[in-house]
Amino acid sequence: MDEISAGFIRAIQLIVTLDPQVVEITARSLSISLTSVFIASLIDIPIGGIIQFHNFRGKRALINLIQTFYSLPTVTVGLLVFLLLSRSGPLGSLGLLFSPEGMIIGQTILITPIMLGLTISALGGVSVQIKETAMSLGATDLQVIFTILKEAKAAVIAAILLGFGRALSEVGVAMMIGGNIRGYTRVLTTAISLETSMGDLELSMALGIILISISLAVNLLLNRIQGR
Amino acid sequence: MALIEIKGLYKSFGKSEILNDINLDMEEGKVMALIGPTGSGKTTLLRHIDTLDQPTRGSIFFHGEDICRLSSKEKFLVRRRMAMVFQKPVMFNRSVYENVSYGLKVRSKENSRDDVLHTLDEVGLTGYESRSATTLSGGEMQRIALARAMVIKPEVLLLDEPTANLDQKSASAIDDLIERLAHGGTTVIIASHNMTECRRLANRFAILVNGKITRTGRPNDIQLDRGQYIGFLESIDPSDKT
Amino acid sequence: MEGKVLKISMLLLALAVLCTAVGVADNSRLKIATTTSLYDTGLLDFLQGKYEDKYNASVSIVSGGTGIAIQYGQRGDVDLLMIHDKARELKFVQDGDGLQRRCIAYNYFVIVGPKNDPAGIKGMNATQALKIIMEKGKADPNNVKFVSRGDNSGTQAREQLLWKNAGYNYSKINNSGPWYIDAGSGMGATLLMTNEKSAYTLSDTGTYMAYRGNLSLVPLIEGGNDLLNVYVAIAINPKKHPGVNCEAANQFINYLVSAEGQKLIADYGKDKYGQPLFFPAAGNCDKIGCSAAECAVPTNASCAAA
Ligand SMILES: Nc1ncnc2c1ncn2[C@@H]1O[C@H](COP(=O)(O)OP(=O)(O)O)[C@@H](O)[C@H]1O
Ligand SMILES: [Mg+2]
Repeated sequence: MDEISAGFIRAIQLIVTLDPQVVEITARSLSISLTSVFIASLIDIPIGGIIQFHNFRGKRALINLIQTFYSLPTVTVGLLVFLLLSRSGPLGSLGLLFSPEGMIIGQTILITPIMLGLTISALGGVSVQIKETAMSLGATDLQVIFTILKEAKAAVIAAILLGFGRALSEVGVAMMIGGNIRGYTRVLTTAISLETSMGDLELSMALGIILISISLAVNLLLNRIQGR
Repeated sequence: MALIEIKGLYKSFGKSEILNDINLDMEEGKVMALIGPTGSGKTTLLRHIDTLDQPTRGSIFFHGEDICRLSSKEKFLVRRRMAMVFQKPVMFNRSVYENVSYGLKVRSKENSRDDVLHTLDEVGLTGYESRSATTLSGGEMQRIALARAMVIKPEVLLLDEPTANLDQKSASAIDDLIERLAHGGTTVIIASHNMTECRRLANRFAILVNGKITRTGRPNDIQLDRGQYIGFLESIDPSDKT
Repeated sequence: MEGKVLKISMLLLALAVLCTAVGVADNSRLKIATTTSLYDTGLLDFLQGKYEDKYNASVSIVSGGTGIAIQYGQRGDVDLLMIHDKARELKFVQDGDGLQRRCIAYNYFVIVGPKNDPAGIKGMNATQALKIIMEKGKADPNNVKFVSRGDNSGTQAREQLLWKNAGYNYSKINNSGPWYIDAGSGMGATLLMTNEKSAYTLSDTGTYMAYRGNLSLVPLIEGGNDLLNVYVAIAINPKKHPGVNCEAANQFINYLVSAEGQKLIADYGKDKYGQPLFFPAAGNCDKIGCSAAECAVPTNASCAAA
């Protein structure tokens, strides 16, 4: 009990004094996860639109498949991307293994199913009357899609926030692709697992508190958006 | 040649036949009333004219061109010349101003603030422009939907029971508006089951029962045939006994 | 709508910029895969800082067991290995994956355990001790336990070698009962687990000393040739793995084996632990079983591609 409270106090100290290591790791975590979410949004929102607005054979099956991948184990994605980016792998010549860029690729892949799936259901939640109103007022196909996206704004933002939460809190891809390199690819989750194994529980707890706080903030934001 | 000519139009949803051999001509600049009880196919017919539905069989000629045979790109061009007000209009989750200006914006007519405000004026909603459209009352929404369609000055205005949700006073205000549009040369097709309204607005009427046109003619013809149709008309709108 | 199209194209532009950034990923970085003992003791962090300052270079260190480090090397994913398992090192070089085995430092493995030494192994040699731990562990698994790294590391390779020397087949040991705990973790984590379970384990002295403050485990068997622990650096062969940063790897090795590097290694941990965690290889080559070539300064492994 003593260890926990002492550790907790020290952890709070590290945070309020803006310990450089804590700040640096937090900033890196945020920038990598935000970049992943940004890229995933650019890919998944348009593709989600294409899937939602086109009828094709196997559409239902595709959506089911996407939903199955919501809970894709992060270590599986980590392994897959590792094999892809490793020098002996197909993309090895890019030299992206053990780099933040590699982590971004991995996290983007990791959160794509959930962002794609949630985008599809967000767009599906917009009534067909909205679509027909836009059409009958003379919107082009693209304008119709934009209009529906705008109607689904809250749900799409929720999808983005959920993707961000998953990217920020995952450890499999970050560890296997990033390699937990100090000052380069070490992020909140990998630092926590490393520092714990090295017995530095205070730093672990400080980083853990930050991680929880960010997740909490994201969730509050999510609730606000969905509550409207 | 009539502006819109419907020839041998059939529509089935699954096994049920909703439109059954519709043949109808609509003259340019005239007001055509589609009268019929609920479920007779009025909405479905309007949707076909607006190219939102594809017929099972038959044709609709617009300026002599069969719009049922067009590609989706070409259909979009047809829709740009029309505007439809749906029976239960939905609002975009934006301001009233953005709703009314929508059709102008998609046509890249950006400098149209005066048109939008003027149209809002015409439907009696001056000062509503910054209100959130989704929080309006049913009657207000109906008027915004009409404004949204009017503002793009379509060749053909398709109105699906535009006054059904309104009280007497707003209904007659809308009717005044439609009358003025018609005077301005817009071709109006109005689905309704309110005989009084149709007699007042329409130059032509078509009576639709179970997906079939049972009669077409001028308003006066209705009066002539009153005895014959009175039972049917009462079944459409029991309050309409004058 | 124009505004939206503009926004979208700006986003795409940002993406393009980002992709370019990815394209020019920092390939000048030296990537080192290291065994956990060099990392968890803080030695490599310390050397990295000194080296980066001196050469204005960037070093990435990926820490894992010797086994995973060798795999990274075999795939060409890193430029340099720092490991400690002679048999696999020799094979790695022989297979053409590595240029040359370079001895840089050594210390000893140590068998640590609870202070009350329930198996009574103090004073024995390592093979005897393991034998006793197994016998007592099978008989009384509640009190006598052994935690193994179980991660293909150099330390585990040594543990297996000791079992073999004691006359046992390792695969039988591994499944012989609850007394034998396969941790699947790095050295530091394994020590923490051993401590929680009041068990015995084989550790390198460096990591044990670095963690001693958090542990109630005591060293029971120390020294002796069968516990000698030699750390080597191996640059990855650019002929087999085109694209690896061989020059940087050699520069780092040369720094480690230079007088300056060797002194840093020899002094590391003295102030904090009262004794060094590692001994320099220089001057001890014979003693630790390294050939003259494996100790030459500077390294004579050439990066010239065929
Ligand atoms: N998409 C559809 N699928 C199946 N039946 C439909 C569909 N749309 C309309 N109907 C049916 O077609 C008939 C005519 O509907 P509608 O055109 O809305 O009539 P009205 O507008 O005259 O009340 C109704 O019985 C309705 O249930
Ligand atoms: Mg209807």
